[in-house]
Amino acid sequence: MSPTSEKTKESMGVDPFERNWMIFSIGMLVVFFTLVTVAGFALGFQVPGVETKVDPRTVTVDPASPFSEPGLRKVSEGNYEAYVVARTFSYEPREIEVPVGSKVTIYVTSPDVQHGFKVQDTNINMQIVPGQVSKLEYTFDRVGEFPYICTEFCGIGHAAMFGVVKVVQPGEGGDQ
Amino acid sequence: MTVSDVKVGYELTTKEKRFIGWHILVAVLALLIGSLMGPLQSFEFSGLNLYRYLEPILQDYYQGLTLHGVLNALVWTTFFIVGFTNLTTIKGLGRPLSHPLVNKIGFWTMLTGLVMTAVPLLLGEATVLYTFYPPLEASWAFYLGLTLVVVGSWIEGYGFFLTYRGWRKDNPGVRSPFIAFAGVLNMAMWQIATLGIAVEILTMLLPWSVGLIDATDPELARTYFWFTGHPLVYFWLLPAYISWYAMLPKQAGGKLFSDSLARLAFWLFLLVSIPVGFHHQFVDPGIPEGWKWIHAGLTYAVFFPSMLTAFTVIASLEHAAKQRGGKGLVGWIRALPWSDPSVSAQLLAGILFMFGGIGGLVNASYNINTVIHNTAWVPGHFHLTVATAVTLSFIGISYWLVPHLSGRKLWKPKWAVIQTWTWFVGMIIFSNAMHVLGLLGAPRRTPLGQAPYVPEEWAGHLLRVSIGGGILFIAVIMYVWTMYKTVRGPKVDPSEVPEVPIAESMRHPQLTPAWLDTFKPWLIGAIVLILVAYGPQLFEQISNISLNSPGIGP
Repeated sequence: MSPTSEKTKESMGVDPFERNWMIFSIGMLVVFFTLVTVAGFALGFQVPGVETKVDPRTVTVDPASPFSEPGLRKVSEGNYEAYVVARTFSYEPREIEVPVGSKVTIYVTSPDVQHGFKVQDTNINMQIVPGQVSKLEYTFDRVGEFPYICTEFCGIGHAAMFGVVKVVQPGEGGDQ
Repeated sequence: MTVSDVKVGYELTTKEKRFIGWHILVAVLALLIGSLMGPLQSFEFSGLNLYRYLEPILQDYYQGLTLHGVLNALVWTTFFIVGFTNLTTIKGLGRPLSHPLVNKIGFWTMLTGLVMTAVPLLLGEATVLYTFYPPLEASWAFYLGLTLVVVGSWIEGYGFFLTYRGWRKDNPGVRSPFIAFAGVLNMAMWQIATLGIAVEILTMLLPWSVGLIDATDPELARTYFWFTGHPLVYFWLLPAYISWYAMLPKQAGGKLFSDSLARLAFWLFLLVSIPVGFHHQFVDPGIPEGWKWIHAGLTYAVFFPSMLTAFTVIASLEHAAKQRGGKGLVGWIRALPWSDPSVSAQLLAGILFMFGGIGGLVNASYNINTVIHNTAWVPGHFHLTVATAVTLSFIGISYWLVPHLSGRKLWKPKWAVIQTWTWFVGMIIFSNAMHVLGLLGAPRRTPLGQAPYVPEEWAGHLLRVSIGGGILFIAVIMYVWTMYKTVRGPKVDPSEVPEVPIAESMRHPQLTPAWLDTFKPWLIGAIVLILVAYGPQLFEQISNISLNSPGIGP
């Protein structure tokens, strides 16, 4: 690392160690970016995207809106849709029960302020914004209780806002 | 080509010192008041809710959290940075501000804005946290006050630009002195970056809070906010980098390793720190995956100049340590002047920043972000970045700056060294516990002592948050006390007052290529990149604006 002060012409004056460090840095970032890209677009570990826009003033009361009757709907064997309303300071429904191995498409919206919807120990994590529908798909392949909690400050009762996904053995539990 | 030396001989006038001192005073007071909330929040995590004893001064956890965020992350930083940039501009260029009245107007605008923001905050009419996401609605005075703080910082920026332009005119072909160049660059980046919240507040939140429109579009507001929200962290960080690049090596007895690479890093920050905001919105609805992915890539790009910084700063320090007789692959670290509190503060800040950088890369990583988004990991992360890399560096800077401005000696330097280590230890405990809690799924912005879903296994980590928070609070009090005792101490002979440390470059700066010292192409590049990365999606959201979300008080 000798200073190159003997040179008098303008130049970047990059030290060999420094050049190697730059190559390493760029290489590392390219590898990481490739990995998250493959995981996202080829293996399906995706972030939420654009779903429908709604009117937060009517979305939970308009009979044509699926959010007027929040809850779990069976689409076919092992396939479900869950419509969840996040409002200050609770979720509707408070409990979602599915047999293990079910693929659930979760739709969440808010009629009031912003909320979060994070299902513990899963990759489900969404910002809930009034006027928008947040959507993610997930296959619950472990039996157990997975609380969903509000992760965005929504007012004085924020800390008490949660619900639970119950993943049960087929045939056990409630009305599925 | 003439090779002229950087003029560092200019002595600040008493008036200039006092003007900068006012910025630092407001900053330190904001840090003090904001940090009073710290233990209230961290103790709550292990079930000790002190807020109930504080009514009617403070109503609840969230009001304290809003004060903590606004005062520490926005006010302490902005006032310190603008004050420090006055110093780097004047001292770097070796001349007074060309239009000191402009800067004076800027400062008073900022201060007016601060008071206007503080009133509703303290009255509990702006408990919306420092991201103020609508439709949670604050008093109009909160939005207007924040706007004035930003506008005031713009006006002070104009003062720096005019001074820089004057110097340029008088010194054609001469490389601008690094600290002045870098400070002006940061303020230029800030002007572009703050257009996001300026548009958010002026077109949506302010008219809404005074009743001109009855509803907002919360997703569009988020997009505007994060246009500013990420470059904001670079606005905080770059002044610390100025010190690490161009002051710390001098304090350690060495030189800046590479003037040209230092400038390249700063230009890259100007270029890529703005078009990255969607990486804060990875889990948002209403934004296509493709745009989020592009911003993830650009966020990775902004990691590159930080890697350059790591190299140049460490190389400069190693060179300095070896001048002092340090030996070995890592053994030289011991030869650095750790007994200088300004140096130890910045070295410790740099060490923790490495972990902040690694965590930041996780946050930027698109789908991996879903693991930690809105969890305690995130405040754990930014307590390493803004609350340590930036804040502990600013503390280190003030250990020479405040004596320099006040014509006094630092009160008990050994005590100040202990202060920096106290911060370091407190932050390791606090931040590690927050990161772990985040990975376990603990939400951020939540009084976890009251949350019904908290499992037993979090208890140990929650306790560590409380312990770390308590230690950090002691460190803040030690710092403010040191500052107080310093300025209350006796005036000393000018020869005993610390000088502004400005490191020479190992190569003469005149050897740095001219394209690394000219603003126009880089500014055009930054704007083009913003238009490409933000234009289409912003156009989409603005043309489909739905003002249908009425306000709700917190």
